[in-house]
Amino acid sequence: MSRGARAVEEAILKANTQGRAALIPFIEGADPDLTVTEDLLWALAEAGGDVIELGFPFSDPLADGPTIQEAAQRALKNKPTLSDFLHLIARMRKQGFDTPVVIMGYLNPFWRFGLERLAKEAREVGLDGLIIPDLPLEEAGDWLHLARKERRASILLAAPTTPPERLARIAKASSGFLYYVSVTGITGDRKELPQDLALKLDLARELSPVPVAVGFGIGRPEQVRALAPYAHAIVVGSAIVKIIGRYQEQPQKLVKEVSSFVRTLREATSRGGN
Amino acid sequence: MPLPNRRGHFGPFGGRYVPETLMPALDELEKAYKRYKRDSDFQNALKFYLRHYVGRPTPLYPAYRLAETLGGHLKIYLKREDLTHTGAHKINNTIGQVLLAKKMGKRRIIAETGAGQHGVATATAAALMGLECVVYMGAKDTVRQAMNVFRMELLGAKVLPVYSGTQTLKDAINEAIRDWVTNVETTHYVIGSVVGPHPYPMIVRDFQSVIGRETKRQIRALEGRLPDVLIACVGGGSNAMGLFYPFVNDQSVKMIGVEAAGEGLDTDHHSATLTVGEPGILHGMMTYLLQDKVGQIKGAHSVAPGLDYPGVGPEHAFFKETGRVDYVAVDDKAALEGFRILSETEGIIPALESAHAVAYLCQIARDLPSGCIVVVNLSGRGDKDVEAVRQYLKEAKGV
Repeated sequence: MSRGARAVEEAILKANTQGRAALIPFIEGADPDLTVTEDLLWALAEAGGDVIELGFPFSDPLADGPTIQEAAQRALKNKPTLSDFLHLIARMRKQGFDTPVVIMGYLNPFWRFGLERLAKEAREVGLDGLIIPDLPLEEAGDWLHLARKERRASILLAAPTTPPERLARIAKASSGFLYYVSVTGITGDRKELPQDLALKLDLARELSPVPVAVGFGIGRPEQVRALAPYAHAIVVGSAIVKIIGRYQEQPQKLVKEVSSFVRTLREATSRGGN
Repeated sequence: MPLPNRRGHFGPFGGRYVPETLMPALDELEKAYKRYKRDSDFQNALKFYLRHYVGRPTPLYPAYRLAETLGGHLKIYLKREDLTHTGAHKINNTIGQVLLAKKMGKRRIIAETGAGQHGVATATAAALMGLECVVYMGAKDTVRQAMNVFRMELLGAKVLPVYSGTQTLKDAINEAIRDWVTNVETTHYVIGSVVGPHPYPMIVRDFQSVIGRETKRQIRALEGRLPDVLIACVGGGSNAMGLFYPFVNDQSVKMIGVEAAGEGLDTDHHSATLTVGEPGILHGMMTYLLQDKVGQIKGAHSVAPGLDYPGVGPEHAFFKETGRVDYVAVDDKAALEGFRILSETEGIIPALESAHAVAYLCQIARDLPSGCIVVVNLSGRGDKDVEAVRQYLKEAKGV
């Protein structure tokens, strides 16, 4: 199977041809530690994650709500490095782990590591792409170029405040998928999603040459079910991270609970009769 | 070409490293700012408030006794921002930004604050213009600066303690940005220093530049020439930028930004971002930061709470790179000595932040030539610090 931007896109399209939205579960890496992260990655793939979003913790996660902030604080106690994450992925790829993985993280640790080095090492270890929420289109030029060169997915974000012509430009620069932020706000599951979300997703899908994933605020199977017809993929983060937070002291139970939750999410991705 | 460039960059620094949700709001703010910068009604209103409400122009005061104490060979002037309403230069910016927010039709004002000076100045401007105001403050700071919390509440603002991260200024900024991401349509975020994503460093610089413009006019009237040296403390860097900026093209004027060396540059307890930090990205800007090897942001420390920030304005980073401004650092102990000297020689109790600038002048006074004209920005008054200084001196004696 291919790796990189193409692998991400193919995994999503494959789910779509099976009559469902792709499921993209998110976990914060190194929470509670990297060994559990490894177990979780296997479990997420097995439970039906089509692409996995792996968070690299940052001291100042300004697009995240309390749940992921707390996860980052827990993870940072392990003093994780980007190299640790890349080694983990390299090892898992050798063991036959085939599900596409993208790392989500804030720019500074990546920039400090070196974007060129990161793009290159990502290709070498089999990391498929990156999501950098504080790197908007205007500042992303260098990264987009490097990612293209190494064929890694450069997943940009669009928000409800993004005007349509700008959304089209962002989508055009994205590879792997376009990350559509469902709410004007930060991450964290919500009872209610915006009324006009389905309409906005219709427009985003129309304007985007790459698949559209919707994320932020989605944590309930019924929300996944309601959105499945309108998005190519659905990202669920905080609701999973909450479970991880709850079972910090019981890693086996943690993995089991996450697995069973992700299974229910996966079932909800079906687009019914279509 | 004037900086920042069209994309908000000062050389490699600055820019707009924010979540996509905020990009349209930053565009809107930039457009509105450019429009009102040339709008005579806006400029007249700003002038009115600066004069009759803030109390500008502030005096440029010749500090004869301080000069005498330092050898008698210098002409030392203090730019008295401590005499403005609310007691610090922060009000120059908050009046401008809240006025701008009102013109833009925003109903709600948010701000971050560390020591509480910017929070108080924002709450003041919001009260004056009748807008709702929410101030984010690190939970630790709300305890250390309880009196300023109460002042903000008296002014009708809501103070929300921030419990995440280090529970100090940087986390208060994170939380203010999160609020702004969520309420961007109704809310204007009043950033308190020359930091954050473009256009903030430019807007805050421009509103604070009134300090340097007045200084230039005043020193010409008093001395018939430009000063030789400007000294100001640098945390985020707004008072320094306000003083320096109108002199940037006057090559004869030497400029010195004084950072907080805290307990020493060889410890982890300082705020000397430009002196020992390294470039990186935080709070929407590329600039110098205090960070570890893998790019996690470190906590900052200074006896002066207003300098306690692990970043610095991107234009200062640019001035460091070009060499236009010298950045140095003064430790807690020296700052307290500056605090004491100014109090005793001039009867002016300076803010601990400003005391860093005074302290650096004390250190270099001997090496400056006779007749040298030095302007020190006295960015704020020290009433807020009196209790902290008392504690510090007590502990110092106790050991």
